[in-house]
Amino acid sequence: MEENILEIKRLTKHFGGVHAVQNLSVVFARGAITGIIGPNGSGKTTLVNLLTGMLPMDGGVIVSDGATLRRMRAHEARFYGITRTFQNIRLFEQMTVLDNLLVVLTERRVFASLFERHGAYHLKKAEALLRQVGLWEKHNELALHLSYGQRKLLEIARAIGTDARVFLFDEPFAGLFPEMREIVKRQLEALREQGAAVLLIEHNTELIRQLSDYVVVLDSGKLLAEGKPESVLRRRDVLEAYLGE
Amino acid sequence: MEYVIHLSIVSGIVAILGMSLNLIVGYTGLLSVAHAAFYGIGAYVTAILLAGFGVNFFLALLLGMALAAAVALLIGLVLSRFDDDYYVLASLGLNIIIYSVFLNWNTLTRGPLGIPGISRPELGIGGYRFGLTSNFSFLVLTLLCAVLVYLAARFITRSSFGRVLMAIREDEQALQVFGYRTVYYKLAIFVIGAVMAAVAGALFASYITFIDPTSFMLRESIFMLSVIILGGLANTNGAVAGAVILVVLPELLRFVGLPSNIAAQMRLLLYGLALVLLMIYRPQGLFGKYRL
Repeated sequence: MEENILEIKRLTKHFGGVHAVQNLSVVFARGAITGIIGPNGSGKTTLVNLLTGMLPMDGGVIVSDGATLRRMRAHEARFYGITRTFQNIRLFEQMTVLDNLLVVLTERRVFASLFERHGAYHLKKAEALLRQVGLWEKHNELALHLSYGQRKLLEIARAIGTDARVFLFDEPFAGLFPEMREIVKRQLEALREQGAAVLLIEHNTELIRQLSDYVVVLDSGKLLAEGKPESVLRRRDVLEAYLGE
Repeated sequence: MEYVIHLSIVSGIVAILGMSLNLIVGYTGLLSVAHAAFYGIGAYVTAILLAGFGVNFFLALLLGMALAAAVALLIGLVLSRFDDDYYVLASLGLNIIIYSVFLNWNTLTRGPLGIPGISRPELGIGGYRFGLTSNFSFLVLTLLCAVLVYLAARFITRSSFGRVLMAIREDEQALQVFGYRTVYYKLAIFVIGAVMAAVAGALFASYITFIDPTSFMLRESIFMLSVIILGGLANTNGAVAGAVILVVLPELLRFVGLPSNIAAQMRLLLYGLALVLLMIYRPQGLFGKYRL
């Protein structure tokens, strides 16, 4: 693989007696899409929650650009250049589409944000992002009034707007029409070209085959297989665990 | 005319309370029922300093705001540990604690006897002293304070800070992933709201010239919540409208010819009925877009 941007070593998380993630060690490369697949309950979303500090780790470390982290809090994810979308869409529902984007483009410091009005620069960037995903015409509508697919696209635009280096996309294609899938594909490929590390959780193996440079297969929270998609997706143990064949 | 001025002063004070609570509840989604405590702190500091030490009203007002800010910072730190229903219950407990201090710290607050003889504000320019003793001059002061609070609320809600408050209301944890330390924002708006409520308290104490703990009970916090729910959450104009309606509407009962003891009970009944009807037919309030 190319230069690593994010690495996890012996990452562990359990809920009571259930081991959601067990001693998982994986590296994610710059300028590559890493597909993460596995049956339901294999720990994919838990992994994303751990990487973004939405769940505390029980063991192991995250290595981000050379910094070794034994604890990650949610607000620190941006500092380490990590952003995400959610399997169950989590937008700021009763805010406009534009405001959903401006929130990630504007000032983070409390006092400075009090004296900041979004300017032409922010608007221009928000407009460009919304045009990228075909939502500019909806920019004054409340997020809750968007269709399911549009909501997914807005979440993706919001993640891209953060200028992160590591993007965690949790089933971004689920429930999308073909035209919308093409838009999402283009965004992921553009991020790869820009040198970002993209983690793609996806159930559709055809999409994984098309988009991924590397595939990680999880089963019961453990690493089952990893490697190039053409070889991993042919392995018997992967087919048995993931496809039930 | 005096009656209209009186209603306008009370409406102005309640509007300040409504606008300040709206920043906390309507914009940030923190369902606090502790607001009467900060209203009370502003009132008691003003009352004690004016009646006991003859301090200038405006200095007392500033000290009341400072004490409300300090207490709000402490209370906000405690409340930041809670979410949702637990937040409401914790804020309820804190309102009761502050009320108990007003009621039981006899040497300072005179407890249930209250503090009488609170003077009206005085302005001193050079050797001239001008007292705001008439209700009309007090109305001008109240409206000036209400306009300042209104402008401050608009300044806050139109800033990037205001947008973050709304995002906290919508999904705090998702917002944190985008690099926001939301606890600081929640603390900041809680303190700002408390300081504004203290202004209302100072005006109230100086206008009525007597205060006792019953004006700062949980019931008052519920009344303030009714004001912003009626006017519309996350809408500063709505908070003002809600205040005027809930102050003026019960007064109309005076003209129906009901005996005064029944009219007083009818006022509470009206508040309750208005809220129930609103929840059924317009849960976002008269001018609001956001639903709880």
